[in-house]
Amino acid sequence: MTAPDAATQLRQSRRQVVLDSIGIAVSSGGFGFVFGLTARAAGYSPVEAGAMSLIVFAGASQFAAIGYVLGGFSWLGIVVLTAFLNARHFLYGAALAPFLADRPRPLRAVMAHLLTDEAFAISIAHFRRLGRADLTGYFIAAIGSTFVPWNLMTLLGVTVGGSIPDPSRFGLDVIFPAAMGGLAVGLIAGRRELVAAIVGAFAAVGISLAWDPAAGIIAGGLLGPIVGMVAPVGGVAGAGVGLDRRAMVGPPD
Amino acid sequence: MSTALVPLALLMGLVTYPWRTIPLLVPGMQRLPPRVQLYLRLVGPSVLAALAAVNVMVVLDPQRRASFHVGVEWPAVALCLALVAWRRNLFVGLIAAAALVGVARALGLA
Repeated sequence: MTAPDAATQLRQSRRQVVLDSIGIAVSSGGFGFVFGLTARAAGYSPVEAGAMSLIVFAGASQFAAIGYVLGGFSWLGIVVLTAFLNARHFLYGAALAPFLADRPRPLRAVMAHLLTDEAFAISIAHFRRLGRADLTGYFIAAIGSTFVPWNLMTLLGVTVGGSIPDPSRFGLDVIFPAAMGGLAVGLIAGRRELVAAIVGAFAAVGISLAWDPAAGIIAGGLLGPIVGMVAPVGGVAGAGVGLDRRAMVGPPD
Repeated sequence: MSTALVPLALLMGLVTYPWRTIPLLVPGMQRLPPRVQLYLRLVGPSVLAALAAVNVMVVLDPQRRASFHVGVEWPAVALCLALVAWRRNLFVGLIAAAALVGVARALGLA
């Protein structure tokens, strides 16, 4: 069997991006809606809730900000905590940067605003499958999976949301962690990635419990690769665990 | 309609954007030493696994105190991971995970 040509590979990988984005859009839309509802209950106007989702565009810090506002925190305190909560995005930009180095700076500046957990997860897998950047794929992932559903559903939640049931009743709250875990599995091509993922997960949980989840996620993301780098090079033992890049592109076999 | 919190949104955006944009705009990120490139290659699986694990194993109370959580989300995420590894299809995994949690909650099991 011959390897697919570049155009076929691009088409297959973009198809995977669309499929992944649909699943994640359900989750981000559901939580955008819950954010809108929560903001409404906290007294935010639709303009204020919409501005948060459009300008900050980072769910965890937006939810936290509602609590801080209700708790009477100073704006300075809220801004400092927001910076801390969102520091993990630096890792995403650093991991994507080598793929995007030859793209115009203004374009990269626009792409940066759309860089969320979800956009990173889908696009880094897409870029690695292709071995290069694909802006169309990035924007499908960033805008389709998160930006549009998050912002639209925020507005829906803050304006007409009171009569619609909580999405967690339908299990939608599990989609985000399941998607992040599933996309991590897709990036595991060898022992080093597997070790990095396991160490990252354990370190994150431990530090989250001892200190704070935002710190835990950052620390897990930083420590996992360090341990992964000292792991011996090799494939993953056991069938079906290590997914090579091409296998993730094709249809289920 | 109140717009009093719009400046706060702007400030929050102002401190979030640099985290996202600085590594994308700093020159030389494509000419990093091989060890740094390897490190960055491992960041993806590590940080995504960290996000997944914290989201299913850690819950916060209203005072933002963290505690360990065991629940139906564990088998649901495990089911998704197994389906992704087996069928190589994230979407099917997500549907299965959400269905498992939704049914468990509907039946009062979670």
